[in-house]
Amino acid sequence: MIQALFFYLFAAIAIASAVMVISSRNPVHSVLFLILTFVSASGLFMLVGAEFLALLLIVVYVGAVAVLFLFVVMMLDVNFAALRQGFMQYLPIGVLVGIIFLAELLAVAGAWVMAPTAISSVSAPSPDLATTSNTMALGQLIYTRYVFFFEAAGMVLLVAMIGAIVLTLRHRTYVKRQNISVQVARTRSTAIEVKHVESGKGL
Amino acid sequence: MVIGLAHYLSVAAILFTLGILGIFLNRKNVIIILMSVELILLAVNLNLVAFSHFLGDLVGQVFALFILTVAAAEAAIGLAILVVFFRNRGTIAVEDVNMMKG
Repeated sequence: MIQALFFYLFAAIAIASAVMVISSRNPVHSVLFLILTFVSASGLFMLVGAEFLALLLIVVYVGAVAVLFLFVVMMLDVNFAALRQGFMQYLPIGVLVGIIFLAELLAVAGAWVMAPTAISSVSAPSPDLATTSNTMALGQLIYTRYVFFFEAAGMVLLVAMIGAIVLTLRHRTYVKRQNISVQVARTRSTAIEVKHVESGKGL
Repeated sequence: MVIGLAHYLSVAAILFTLGILGIFLNRKNVIIILMSVELILLAVNLNLVAFSHFLGDLVGQVFALFILTVAAAEAAIGLAILVVFFRNRGTIAVEDVNMMKG
């Protein structure tokens, strides 16, 4: 009973804040509602026992991705009101497409039957939560059978990090920088010049 | 009242549709479009985790973990491209992205 209550609570908050994400006038509000959506989804994950993913969602999305979005939204000096032009123009066709799409998806979700062989073909049965925690079970899976996928995921993150740095790095040529090795390598011959000045003439 | 798989699939379907609707409605604002993509990926993750629970199979959560990784990488690269584009053109409107004459 209390599980159903919390399911409806989290689901309602997630959907309402997702609506606000796409309809908010201010992109900063959109980002904040996105955070609320992810926190509610994390509650839903927690309800089905995916504790590790629930907390990972909060750490990765709320801690990193949403802050990145917020950072970019606040850094860019854009007239966001001008970007909302055409919102009402696309609203009818967008809502029409959305309703058709949702009806199709809900028809699939409603008229769905589990294949009789699905239960028997489970490849990694989730262990009893009393003996093994979700995090431990997941760790025992991704560090053994899925270790190559795990390393590939790490590689994806590394490439993304290098890519983001390379894209946004810029060398400003008009800024004077201190070059310490050049300073240290100066000798007397490069630093001073001896001029012979004849007396009474000047240079 | 028992919460079954269909409940979770419905919530994920609604979130997915809202993500698609966000791409439709905010056709000019790249930031909102990126956020809508994140919503879509969240809906996919919700599906995977729900199936993982109701089938008693942990592999779904492993795949959700990988989708989370890819989504984070995608957001980082997308925002980096957005910042570079804004620096070059002074705008982030999608219809101004025509330098490559695509």
